[in-house]
Amino acid sequence: MSAPFYKYGLFGDEISLVMAFLIGIGFGFFLERAGFGNARKLAAQFYLYDMTVFKVMFTAIVTAMIGLYYLSVLGFVDLSLVYLSPTFLLPQVIGGLILGVGFAVGGYCPGTSAVSAATGRLDGMVFLLGIVAGIFFFGEVFPAIESFYTTTPMGSVTLPQLFGVSYGLILFLVVLMALGGFLLASWAEKKFAHLRPE
Amino acid sequence: MNAVVALPSRNGGFEEGPEMSILSSAAAIADHALHKERPYWHPYAAGIGLGLVLLLAFVIVGRGLGASGAFSSLVATVVHAVAPAHAESNAFYGEYLGDGSKSPLLDWLVFEVMGVFAGGFLSGALAGRLRITVEKGPRISTPGRLMLAFLGGFIMGVGAKLARGCTSGQGLTGGALLSVGGWAFMLCVFAGAYATAYFVRRQWI
Repeated sequence: MSAPFYKYGLFGDEISLVMAFLIGIGFGFFLERAGFGNARKLAAQFYLYDMTVFKVMFTAIVTAMIGLYYLSVLGFVDLSLVYLSPTFLLPQVIGGLILGVGFAVGGYCPGTSAVSAATGRLDGMVFLLGIVAGIFFFGEVFPAIESFYTTTPMGSVTLPQLFGVSYGLILFLVVLMALGGFLLASWAEKKFAHLRPE
Repeated sequence: MNAVVALPSRNGGFEEGPEMSILSSAAAIADHALHKERPYWHPYAAGIGLGLVLLLAFVIVGRGLGASGAFSSLVATVVHAVAPAHAESNAFYGEYLGDGSKSPLLDWLVFEVMGVFAGGFLSGALAGRLRITVEKGPRISTPGRLMLAFLGGFIMGVGAKLARGCTSGQGLTGGALLSVGGWAFMLCVFAGAYATAYFVRRQWI
């Protein structure tokens, strides 16, 4: 077992920031390649005539999920050292709903708006300003909502742990769901093609 | 040395891609900027690329990708610079300010997001997609679109902080790690967006 490299001390904090920048370049590159620097392409997802967002996102999830699983089964990566953000179910459900509203209204999410701004989109730059204002607002009201923010804590928990089944079974179900979703998505793109503007 | 790489094109075939060496990339950017926009990649090709970047992050540093956290560090830093006592008394800002031993901007996500800007710019330049423009549907004015972009960003900033992450940190990363919160979050993002889409349709279609 030798990975995650950083957790095994192969490099220190300063190099980790260099790695962060390089990994970020890859992230931004493929987001732009997918068309995610363009709000029209992203919002098209919500009118069903172009399901690229769903397809890209679930292809990425399945790729990383399967890759990580096999690297851990082979003993190369210690899965327990990969940081898993703790679950706080209710705030995450409400936060997700709010974020979804913001996605449809604004046309971006934080990462994609960075790509959009970097490629010259003024709406992406304005969206970024909106995010900063929203986070500032959240910070200022935080003392009033702190008790809700920490409600329903479940710890760092995965779906296999929650349902008491094997990691491989959930992985298999996610792959099945993604494949079914891809077929449905392609069907929807044909069915709702008339909604495409121009 | 110029390494010519093959990039999958939208129709699934392969086209000759740009030279990727650092020395020639500036020339490539100038060259491609003169040509018309290239099509986006096939969704599955771009998705595999994104997935491999995420996998690299897991393997190299033991954490996934993110975005909104970088902006939180920025906000916390500015608030702290303007009103130190106010920022330090607030647990939300405190989480990003840390113990004060180093700048909150010397943070993993801050550097990762700077990379996202650079990578997005690089990809856009190589594909001839750098353009000062506003992305919107045909039925909304530019000021109207910019107002909604700000409003949407504001709503998203609040939602991302309440959820402890955005589409990158909770959706993509949490999704790949089979996180319970990540999956609950992701389903709710789609639910919230689809529920809202009808009311903002004039902006997009």
